[in-house]
Amino acid sequence: MQAEVRTQMSRMWRVALLSGLALAAAPAHAFIAYVSNEKSNTVTVIDTDSWTVTKTIKVGQRPRGIDFTRDGKFVMVAVGDDDTIQMIDAKTQTVVDSLPSGPDPELFAQDAAGKILYVANENDNTVTVIDLEKRSRLGDIQVGVEPEGMTISPDGKTLINTSETTNMAHFIDTSSRQIVANVLVDARPRFAEFKHDASELWVSSEIGGTVSVIDPKKHEIIGKVTFEIPGLRKEAIQPVGIGMTKDDKTAFVALGPANRIAVVDVASRKVTKYLLVGQRVWHMAFTPDEKYLLTTNGVSNDVSVIDVAAQKVIKTIQVGELPWGIAIAP
Amino acid sequence: MIRWLAGLIGLGLAATSALAAEPASIGVGYLGIAGTRSTLSLVEQPAENDGIAGARLAIEDNNTTGKFLGQRFVLEERRIREGEDVVQAATALAEKNGFIIADLPADALLKVSDALRDRGTLLFNAGAIDERLREADCRANVIHTAPTRAMLADALGQYLVWKKWSRWLLVVGSHDEDKLFADALRRTATRFGAKIVQERTFEDKGGARRTDSGVTLIQRQMPVFTQQAPAYDVLVAADESEVFGAYLPYRTWDPRPVVGSAGLVPRSWDPAQDQWGAIQMQNRFMKLNSRRMSALDMQAWTAARMIGEATSRTNSGDVKNVTDFIKGPDFSVAAFKGTRLTLRDWNLQLRQPILLVDGRMVVSVSPQEGFLHQVSELDTLGYDRPESKCKLK
Repeated sequence: MQAEVRTQMSRMWRVALLSGLALAAAPAHAFIAYVSNEKSNTVTVIDTDSWTVTKTIKVGQRPRGIDFTRDGKFVMVAVGDDDTIQMIDAKTQTVVDSLPSGPDPELFAQDAAGKILYVANENDNTVTVIDLEKRSRLGDIQVGVEPEGMTISPDGKTLINTSETTNMAHFIDTSSRQIVANVLVDARPRFAEFKHDASELWVSSEIGGTVSVIDPKKHEIIGKVTFEIPGLRKEAIQPVGIGMTKDDKTAFVALGPANRIAVVDVASRKVTKYLLVGQRVWHMAFTPDEKYLLTTNGVSNDVSVIDVAAQKVIKTIQVGELPWGIAIAP
Repeated sequence: MIRWLAGLIGLGLAATSALAAEPASIGVGYLGIAGTRSTLSLVEQPAENDGIAGARLAIEDNNTTGKFLGQRFVLEERRIREGEDVVQAATALAEKNGFIIADLPADALLKVSDALRDRGTLLFNAGAIDERLREADCRANVIHTAPTRAMLADALGQYLVWKKWSRWLLVVGSHDEDKLFADALRRTATRFGAKIVQERTFEDKGGARRTDSGVTLIQRQMPVFTQQAPAYDVLVAADESEVFGAYLPYRTWDPRPVVGSAGLVPRSWDPAQDQWGAIQMQNRFMKLNSRRMSALDMQAWTAARMIGEATSRTNSGDVKNVTDFIKGPDFSVAAFKGTRLTLRDWNLQLRQPILLVDGRMVVSVSPQEGFLHQVSELDTLGYDRPESKCKLK
């Protein structure tokens, strides 16, 4: 969902520019990061100026997917074992409401207007559609076994869902809410991310050990990113989270138990560098100014801070147990 | 690879009418023995549908994927009763099913594989853990999703060595399979530097597993049986026949943990396994079968999923295509064990992590950290390529 956060940021930014409300180029001010801790049942709040934990919020059971509402007022966190999505008020940093998701929600995506939320429900092979304003359930879309990765195309017309045991990326028309195409990818697809220019969809396969690059118009795989780390067995390389810079030049891929983030040149689809982070790294989020990339390292219970320009890990912040997802406030 | 899809349910609008073409039907047979074995622990008594229940779930999973690809999987079950001819039953099953998942004893499985060889049926051994089926008696038409005794013993042994419990008191049952497990454990001790300080045999003198006042008697027998042992760290029980193993924990003369056939047990799967997304499958299994998922269920699930995986990758239900793909270098399957599972090409054994479980929790998962291998750490479990006597034919 980091993707959505970023898409949202850039969209808001554009809107701001168009409407003449543009602020001066982002000063190096602090942002606030929210990290879901799957085992602690908490969300850790991090100040990106001091890089310190400012608050730990108690949430429901097994928090994983986490994202802001488009207006930036709420943080939504999927608490799978409570079968709901909780809303954290970003001002008071407390849980104030919950959404009627299906059973075991994991990841979710929202439409451009921030009105409709699509939730992957791992337990019953469906994507649940939720009206965010009314906070009510609109219906379900049947997908493959164990839906997980969720993203929406930059034009808002296509919802992508990946199903982990069916091994497909499902292309869903957001207006008809029908599946229009299915692309078979390598085993256990976890995460999907569009290039900002919409020309490519990247899907990570955790067990397959690859990232498939898909032409979203032709619904065909046009390339694959592969990973090789000297001294590491292929089995340990398990790509999950993907983050792409706004200029679509560089992608960062979290490699799970390989404990590394791969820096990928998007044009050539080749890895240029591996950055050692914490153990079992899964998800990530950029700060809105794109100076930093924060990654969640599940087994070492910390967050790594990467200086994006320098491509270096500069900091490690201890958070709760088994940090999973991360979202950063505007 | 990409199929346009009509006929999906969107927001309650059932559109079942317009599936592009009649889906290709892929038949999967399940061949097992009728009846269940009796265990010492009532809790561990296998269900009547042990094994097939896992295959059923995998067929459901395959069909969810299959509806996007125009493939439909159909499962046909056949249970052999005493006195029935296994080859006849297998041949009949092979009429409609190009793939057969078998839960058979080693000898029966060999008969079936030889009888079906010319037909091209692909067999999956989901039940038999015998080493010889992957060694001297290996067959080119049998893929093994069940782990072997050596894999199980090595998985346990690695953990014991990591724990520095390296002095073992080995207690072996008097049945053949107990002795085979003991052989595997001895090999493990030699490989990983553990010492078997003494071996004892527990004779099966017959007797009922369910009795009134049983506990009182067992509580007197087991301390006596385990007394006067040389200094040891852990009691390793080899009791596949379920005669004494489960009686040992908490009753040994010396306060020592029990492992092997009781206490800490190596298994391909356990109802307590909830890592690596397994909770989702455990939930699906429970919903479908109203009970928890056993190791045999998992071995059958994996077999049926391998068929599903290969048919979707090759976009074909043709047995030969699917067989070639499964045996080829690009095949792997995800099975909620934290890593991809692949086949050992020299004997068609599925590489897999082994869980160490105590009946309530997954205590550890082998291979253990530090046991290294030049090809795959999973090959530190069981017989490796250079040791193999298998010549596939």
